[in-house]
Amino acid sequence: MWNYEKRLQYPVKISQPNPAIAQIIITQFGGPDGELAASMRYLSQRYTMPYKECAGLLTDIGTEELAHMEMICAIVYQLTKNLSMEEIKKSGFDKYYVDHTTALWPQAASGTPFTATVFQSKGDVITDLMEDLAAEQKARTTYDNILRLIDDPEICDPIRFLREREIVHYQRFGEALRIAQERLDSKNFYAINPEFDKKCN
Amino acid sequence: MKRSKLRHNVDVASFALDEVKLFLDTHPCDQEALKKYHLFVDMRMNAVEEYEKECGPLLVEHVKSYDYWQWINEPWPWEGDC
Repeated sequence: MWNYEKRLQYPVKISQPNPAIAQIIITQFGGPDGELAASMRYLSQRYTMPYKECAGLLTDIGTEELAHMEMICAIVYQLTKNLSMEEIKKSGFDKYYVDHTTALWPQAASGTPFTATVFQSKGDVITDLMEDLAAEQKARTTYDNILRLIDDPEICDPIRFLREREIVHYQRFGEALRIAQERLDSKNFYAINPEFDKKCN
Repeated sequence: MKRSKLRHNVDVASFALDEVKLFLDTHPCDQEALKKYHLFVDMRMNAVEEYEKECGPLLVEHVKSYDYWQWINEPWPWEGDC
């Protein structure tokens, strides 16, 4: 069960529309290392996660990623508000506009639609937590790349917040992996799969 | 101005709670973090109450009115107004 709070996790207030930048930032909505994929990854993995610390973390980070998706959508929404047809054509936003007008639709910057093929839910503690650690770093790199492409402080500020959260999540997933490994056979982590071999817990 | 100050108080307390919650997931026995958790819960409760008096419900279950569905009455957060 989720409760919706009528606020963003961190404020987004962009006064200057910029459809060219919107088309880049939308990649963190529906792209390969975006917030939607992050949320779906963690919220899918948590069901079979055998350790309560790890399942709790996947639930809470998976939930926070939904709030990040909302922030990205708010940024894209504010960057594409009140556009003239001239601005739409000049910025190259016309290719998105023809299919979605100015609505939000999860796609990568390349235009590739959102797909679940960018993440795994493998059913193995070590495999899944390793994937989660990599995912946080991939998202952090994407935010670093975005920050190299923009200079409007009103856009940079929430993007920097989101980048910082990737680092915090990476830290927490590292601790989750340590907690998991401490409960496995220290001579062979792969002797059993605690997500499947239930008797071994 | 008052509105954004009230919202800021909710944001600060909520974010402190977000942080300590994640930390406690992986450090469930940390007494100092648990103390902070309870402090931030109280801080957030007070901040939410003050905000809602001026600006309407933050949580859907905090709608008080019987004559109108207040939930839809205030701007949505993605609009960047509040």
